[in-house]
Amino acid sequence: MVFEHILSITIFFPLLGVLALFLVNKENAPLIKLIGLLTSALTFVISLILYFRFDAAGSGFQFREYAVWVKSLNIGYYVGIDGMSLLLIVLTTFLTPIALLGTWNSIEHKLRGYTIMVLLLEVGMVGVFASLDLFLFYMFWEAMLIPMYFIIGIWGGQNRIYAAIKFFLFTLFGSLLMLVAILALGYFASTLPDGYFTTNLVQLYAVGPRMALTLQSWLFLAFALSFAIKVPLFPFHTWLPDAHVQAPTAGSVLLAGVLLKMGTYGLIRFCLPLFPHAALKFVPLLGILAVIGIIYGALVAMVQTDLKKLVAYSSVSHLGFVVLGIFAMTEEGIQGAIIQMVNHGLSTGALFLIVGMIYDRAHTRTISDFGGVAKVMPVYATFFLIVSLSSIGIPGLNGFVGEFLILLGSFKSTVLASPAYAVLASSGVILAAVYLLWAYQRMMFGKVREDGLYGGHKLTDINGREIVSLALLVVFIVWIGVYPGTFLSKSAPMARQLVQGMEGIRQGVMIRTTENRDAQSSLPR
Amino acid sequence: MSITSSDLIYSSPLIAIVVFALLTLIVEALGKDKPILSYWMSLVGVTTSLVLSFIHLDSGVPVFGEMLFQGGFAGYCNIIFLTSALLTILLAKGYLARMEAHRGEFYILILFATSGMMLMAGALNLITVFLGIELMSVSLYILAGFMRKKERSNESALKYFLLGAFATGFLLYGIALIYGISGTTNLLLIHESYAVHIKNPIFLIGGGLMLIALAFKASAVPFHMWAPDVYEGAPTPVAGFMSTAAKAAAFATFILIFNRIFSISGTSLSQVIAFIAAASMILGNVTAIAQTSIKRMLAYSSIAHAGYMLSGVAAANNEGETGVLFYLLAYTFMNVGAFGIVSWVERKDDKNLTLEDYAGLGARQPVVAALMAIFMFSLAGIPPFAGFFGKYYVFLAAVKADMTWLAIVGVLTSLISAYYYLRLVVLMYFREGDADIDKPVPVTALVAVAAAALLVLALGVFPSLVVDMTRGFFKI
Repeated sequence: MVFEHILSITIFFPLLGVLALFLVNKENAPLIKLIGLLTSALTFVISLILYFRFDAAGSGFQFREYAVWVKSLNIGYYVGIDGMSLLLIVLTTFLTPIALLGTWNSIEHKLRGYTIMVLLLEVGMVGVFASLDLFLFYMFWEAMLIPMYFIIGIWGGQNRIYAAIKFFLFTLFGSLLMLVAILALGYFASTLPDGYFTTNLVQLYAVGPRMALTLQSWLFLAFALSFAIKVPLFPFHTWLPDAHVQAPTAGSVLLAGVLLKMGTYGLIRFCLPLFPHAALKFVPLLGILAVIGIIYGALVAMVQTDLKKLVAYSSVSHLGFVVLGIFAMTEEGIQGAIIQMVNHGLSTGALFLIVGMIYDRAHTRTISDFGGVAKVMPVYATFFLIVSLSSIGIPGLNGFVGEFLILLGSFKSTVLASPAYAVLASSGVILAAVYLLWAYQRMMFGKVREDGLYGGHKLTDINGREIVSLALLVVFIVWIGVYPGTFLSKSAPMARQLVQGMEGIRQGVMIRTTENRDAQSSLPR
Repeated sequence: MSITSSDLIYSSPLIAIVVFALLTLIVEALGKDKPILSYWMSLVGVTTSLVLSFIHLDSGVPVFGEMLFQGGFAGYCNIIFLTSALLTILLAKGYLARMEAHRGEFYILILFATSGMMLMAGALNLITVFLGIELMSVSLYILAGFMRKKERSNESALKYFLLGAFATGFLLYGIALIYGISGTTNLLLIHESYAVHIKNPIFLIGGGLMLIALAFKASAVPFHMWAPDVYEGAPTPVAGFMSTAAKAAAFATFILIFNRIFSISGTSLSQVIAFIAAASMILGNVTAIAQTSIKRMLAYSSIAHAGYMLSGVAAANNEGETGVLFYLLAYTFMNVGAFGIVSWVERKDDKNLTLEDYAGLGARQPVVAALMAIFMFSLAGIPPFAGFFGKYYVFLAAVKADMTWLAIVGVLTSLISAYYYLRLVVLMYFREGDADIDKPVPVTALVAVAAAALLVLALGVFPSLVVDMTRGFFKI
């Protein structure tokens, strides 16, 4: 009974914490923090059940739950996960408690509201990754904007109002066009013989490829625009630096760690399988934008004076890799993209925590305000180095695995059909080394300030709580670096199936995948 | 024509509200300065009628020799009007007392206006439509000018009356032309001969004139000019009532005439309505951005929402009809709620009515601000609130009617609307300020608005509660 609904429990468990928080006195800070941490940690434990019960060899979506929601429009509460969603859900539930733990004392006012918002955000994030109904997906996708909007707008920095509105409107713009595309897709399903309006993703997988190329192209563009804004892909990235710099640390961690993944997740989950012909047609466009993003993001990161902005732009660069991997449409490329999403969540999440920790102490993030910090905060400097190296992609740490697979995949790719993409993209790896190590050198090495004050404050090394939150991330950074098979094996079947499906479309043959057969047999009308 | 007992039974919601209106009128005339008595009587009347509407919701039958149609569609619309009236009455008591204008007539007029709306939704004859519109409008003209010592309120009433009189003229002329061609005012008979008559340009002109009158009542572009001035000058709960119940009544008639009696799907009338819809969405939302007064902002927002609902009417399919019916209910809860909160923040002498006056409300009045935020997010169409599902449904209808362009205009203007709705949220939560409520909100009013907010959320998450029910109302 419990295991049947384990996925729904994972999605909605944080709501229990929200309810509990409503009953707590809003001045009782320790209790509020405890409830927040406990709820999110328990959610992680529950999601581990998903992880261990997941059948890596099985294909299709697992832990499916279906309930009629709006009968007249065939909207169902339909959830289920495959390897990719599994990894991203576990990443989400893992990062949320760490974000709360790592920023334990950073939020001083309206703590209760803040914790509620973080937990609501978690519901939305997990829900997005688990939805198998486009309507449900859209609900989670949009509803999640509200807590993030408040997190940036209330607990953010100086320019938070501008950043919050920009974040909200940019994302909404993309989503609304996607909404029309969802309706058009569902309507197309109703025009087929025996068809009816539906937003059921598994059924639509069989419907989408039957659309004419023009219609597919329009719908693909509407979906892709929405996801490209979320990723963010160049040139839709301008909201990201604002949002990141203004957001409080935990907000940045979740924004970079999870929210951005929704864009790349959407590309894999919806854009490729629903509109395969159009996806193939637009490969050069997306590929070129991805490569521009990789190089442009890195170059802009290099000239930043604010460490947080540097990390924000590095995200633009890193997610360019993910998009390139996706549109290589090879098994290596897709697998690399998936593992790179996880990697980016871990390393950039850790980097934002690191930025937050120094900011909490010095109240400045300007790189030139620092120097010789390694002598004052040796433990902090060690973690910073490991995480930087992971983000750069040094072999032995996680970033290497993802980037290597993506580059390999795009070299081999017959869809991209040119090694130029991979060659240009690999310059991003070098540039990453430049901006991160340079920033590291300027901040950590060199002479210690004579008065020992940074930004007018004395620095102390990170405490046990902060060490724990970073160490947890580093464990996985190393794990994926050394033995990525643990995680890659989970997503391998879905990547293979997707690539085969796309290959079939290219050959002009519709391969009836397991999913399609499921669509006809197992779903209630 | 004799009246049967079934006539009386099925039209009991309508009879109940009229009887209570008359009773309250008598009591008010006999007693002196006892508005509280009228308040309670009107509450009982509305509640009785609401209960009776629920009882007769399933059974849709023509009554009184096909002058009226009760139950089903009419029953559903009655529930919208009555809920709006109920919320308005609960909100008005405290408001009027604070503004020193607490007089019993207010409640009587609300009851009469509501009975007019119920006649409109239940009409099966053009004469009944006219009767309903007039009963509603005349009551609303007086309600708009209820603060008789305030210039603004008088201006509001006069403007509404003058322009409304014109609209009535259009409506009557339209009815006359349609009667001239078809030889009957019975809507069922017009429906039967519709296919023949629609080719006659005079019949078409008649339909067009009725369209103008209804678009005026629904405050759709280009017949929207009155709305901002009237809403601004009218007592705030009345503005909430006008923007929801009166609009709902106009839309009920829209659906009745243009979707059920005429089948406009694929005709030029449908195109005209689509253009009116697009113009309302664009003009309403764009102009709302520039407003500094919250009541004017909500007025322009209400013009825009008329546009969204008209998309459903223009689509002229089952989805469109269901979408509009759902939208109306959702809109009633969120807009009466929003106006209710405006009425709490408002002070005497038209103070505290600009957006800036909400700066910092979140810190001082967390509950009120949270409720307002829910209404704003819902008006902007952000899930999981009901406003989103309403939009989803009408856009779906538009896509299905091959009017994808209308859906695209709809989503893009929704984006614009998000900007100004969120600006209020920004002011309440992200800015420092000393916004506050001078007197504590009466518990009944607070409970009423909180219930509206809860329903906005409930209908957003479980839209099937209403949608699967309204699907049964398709055919008369």
